[in-house]
This record gives sequence, C-alpha cells and structure tokens, in this order.
Amino acid sequence: MGNRTIVPFGPQHPVLPEPIHLDLVLEDETVIEAIPSIGFVHRGLEKLVEKKDFQQYVYVAERICGICSFMHGMGYCMAVENVMDLKLPDRAEFLRTIWAELSRIHSHLLWLGLLADAVGFESLFMHCWRLREEILDLFDMTTGGRVIFSVCKVGGVRKDIDAEKLKKIVEVLSNMDSSLRSITKIFLSDTSIISRMSGVGVLSPEEAFDLGAVGPMARASGIVVDDRLLGYGAYPHVKFEVQTATEGDCYARTKVRINEIFESISIIKQCVSLMPSDTAIDVPVKGNPDGEYFARLEQPRGEVVYYVKGNGTKFLDRMRVRTPTFANLPPLLHTLKGVDLADVPVLVLTIDPCISCTER
Amino acid sequence: MNMIKKSPWILHYDGSSCNGCDIEVLACLTPLYDVERFGIINTGNPKHADILLITVSVNEQNIPVVKQLYDQMPNPKAVVAVGICAATGGIFKECYNVMGGIDKVIPVDVYVPGCAARPESIIEGVVKALGVLESKRKANEE
Repeated sequence: MGNRTIVPFGPQHPVLPEPIHLDLVLEDETVIEAIPSIGFVHRGLEKLVEKKDFQQYVYVAERICGICSFMHGMGYCMAVENVMDLKLPDRAEFLRTIWAELSRIHSHLLWLGLLADAVGFESLFMHCWRLREEILDLFDMTTGGRVIFSVCKVGGVRKDIDAEKLKKIVEVLSNMDSSLRSITKIFLSDTSIISRMSGVGVLSPEEAFDLGAVGPMARASGIVVDDRLLGYGAYPHVKFEVQTATEGDCYARTKVRINEIFESISIIKQCVSLMPSDTAIDVPVKGNPDGEYFARLEQPRGEVVYYVKGNGTKFLDRMRVRTPTFANLPPLLHTLKGVDLADVPVLVLTIDPCISCTER
Repeated sequence: MNMIKKSPWILHYDGSSCNGCDIEVLACLTPLYDVERFGIINTGNPKHADILLITVSVNEQNIPVVKQLYDQMPNPKAVVAVGICAATGGIFKECYNVMGGIDKVIPVDVYVPGCAARPESIIEGVVKALGVLESKRKANEE
C-alpha cells in the first residue's frame, strides 16, 4: 500500500469553467475516493417563486443555466401550461423544438471543445468553438440573443421564425455538415485522443441504472433512455433514433454526443419541412395556475424534471428542478475510484458537468 | 495597437453566475473574436494574471475563494466585473444566498453590463482595464 495523499481539485481549475471542489484521496497515482464539496454557485432561486409571479419567473428559469437556457425556460413553461391546461398552437411547438435542438448542437459542440482542451488538443478546441459560433449566429438572427433568448413564455413563444429565416437555418446546417464531420472524425479516430478516453471511467449498464445516470451518460452505457420519446413538443411528428453505445467509457460518451449532433440536425430539418403554416404562436393566458405537475424533458445533459405547484394566486407555491448533472454526480464519483490522477479532468468533463444547474 | 504596452493575461473565475457570461468570456478567446491576437491569454494561474475577469454575485461560500485569487495576483492588477450579476446581483438579487455585487468583497475597476454580456462588451471592458493597469503601474513607479 502506497502513501495516501489528498489532492484538492477546484474550485478554480483550468479545465473547469465552473466551480466545483473535489478532494481526491490518492494512493500513489490512483484515486481511491473523491469527496465533492459544493455550494459555490448556489443562489437559492427556487425560493424566488415567492417574489416573482409565474410569468416573470420564466426569465429566472432561463437563467438557471446559460448553456441550456432555452430548455430550462421551455421545461418551466411546459409545467405551468399543463397545470393551466393550455394547448399550444402547433407552430409554437415546432419553433420550440427547433430552438431546443439548436441548443443541443451548441451545447454538444461547446462540450467537445472543452474535452479537446482537457486532453490538450488546443487547435481542435478552437475549431469546435468556431463551428459553434455559426449556431450562435442563428440564435442571434432568430431571437436577438446569443446565449439567453427569452423567447419562451407561458402559453407559447414570443417570436416567430419566418420562411426566409427557416431556409437560412437549413442552409447553415447543411453547410456545416462537412466541417462537422471532419472535426468529429478526429475525436473518434485520433490515436492520442482515443488513448486518453478509451477504457477510462467505465460505467456498466447495471451501475448506470442503479446509480441513476441520465442522458448521454446512461446512453453510452447501453441504456435506452431519452425523454424526447415521451412525445412533448414536436417530437411525435419527427423521426429520430436514440443514440447509444455499449462500452460505457469516456470514448463511448463522446461518440454518443457526436452522433446526437447529427441526429439534431436531422430533427431540425424535418421540423422546418413539416412546419405548420398557421400563424398563431401563442394562446392567451387567463387566470392563475392551480394544481401541480411534473414536466420532464431531455436536455443536452440528460433528463430535467420540473415540478410546479400553484395555489390559484399569481405566485407559485413551489417550484423544484432536478437537473441532469445532479443525477450524474453519483455515477461520476463511482467511476472516479481507481482511475489515474491524470485522467480525472477528462473523466469529470465527460459527464458534461453543469454546476450552475445543479446548485441553482 | 501601439497603445497596448503589454500583453495582459486573464484569470477567469465563475462564482455564482448562470454560465451565460462564462461561455461568452470563453467565446472571446475563440476564433470569431480571438483576443489572443492581442496577446491576451486565459491563464489558470492567479500568479500569472494581470486582469481578473469575474462573473459572480458573491455568497458566503465563494467569498474566501474570490479574496484568495485576488490576493494571489501580483501588482499591478485590475478587476473586471462581467455581467449584471457581478455588478449588483441582477435577476438573482432577491435570492437568499446572493449577497450582491462583487465590489462588496474586492475593489472593481471596470463593470461590463449585460445579461449575458456580449463578447464585444467584454473585450471593451478588458481594453478599459488595460488603461487602469497602466495608470496603476505609473502610480507604483512614483
């Protein structure tokens, strides 16, 4: 038995854009245990429902996280709409789906860049983020914001995307295809990247299930879970495949996310071609929410659950979010045991941690 | 670009922000905006940094971290508060775990507005901070 050392990891660390602190208990170079300590990003915004009314709270919900901001707003709106029995016009559902899938592409490209940075492949990081800017330009064109859009509202969406802009979205995505393929090919075939990821942090399907992994983390272990199959938004109208892999290691997680980018592009193209021609994008909201509802939807990082309880006044009684990173932390701590210290940054990144979601 | 006397290195810390400003800070470093052409590099080490880019509203947990990062930076140094949360607490001002702007803990030289702050305005903030650095350096020499 070697010497035991404790290495602090974070809260300010080059691979982490966000603060989380792990105490890594090492025996020689091997991690024996990882003890997380959190609370650096906790704001307490669930309690804010008592001070902002249910319409205003959409803005707060969007700012739970800046990366999947649109889907947070969408999840909250879905929950409130179900409490209030609002049936959205089809066009609103399609628009939401387009923005949600664009967000998924942007989030996965961002993550691929960070992963390249973590394995020390700086130029690949730059290429991923260059491609991501094209998606951000689409957001800028359709909503006026680059990361936080505020286009979702209870009862629909605020802005329409006209036919010309829809055409432009398809055009940009089609043009991206070849450069996207050449970049993702590097991730999947470069020897040095494979040697950093293959066989690192293996999570078996049983462990993934028992520890409650969600999203790409669970899918990379061979579990077919995808909340888009529940059929919210425009997903019942489009065809898509749930991307899975069987290895359960860092490489499999990368592969799943890369395949999801292409799947998202196909979903957006289908949405554009199936877009309903009626012009209504919202329904009038009358009264206040009374009742409770759980809304589930698939974010880039996995399943997010929104619980909303209204009491008939304009202020909600309770709002609760369960975010994907929160669900993926136990599998992460489990897989950290037994890996080399040098593999920790890559492994932490492959769950695509979003701390500001987790701590709210 | 003769006005830039030195290439400032940046230390970025995310306190309790929503990530929006943080990914925009990173976007500044990547090809579209590419501040690296001016020699501006994002460093992970406070002892190498000239400018602290901070996107937080402070809470009890991160006050020691922010103070420590600030103290570890060598003089002269400048602090840029990015986003409305770093200035006042912004939309989260009324949250129980948000104590307000970053200026409650460390002195701030430049405030960058926006929610989320756009890369253009972050770059402008850093350029302003360069002027602050220069005047601090002159004051030190005297």
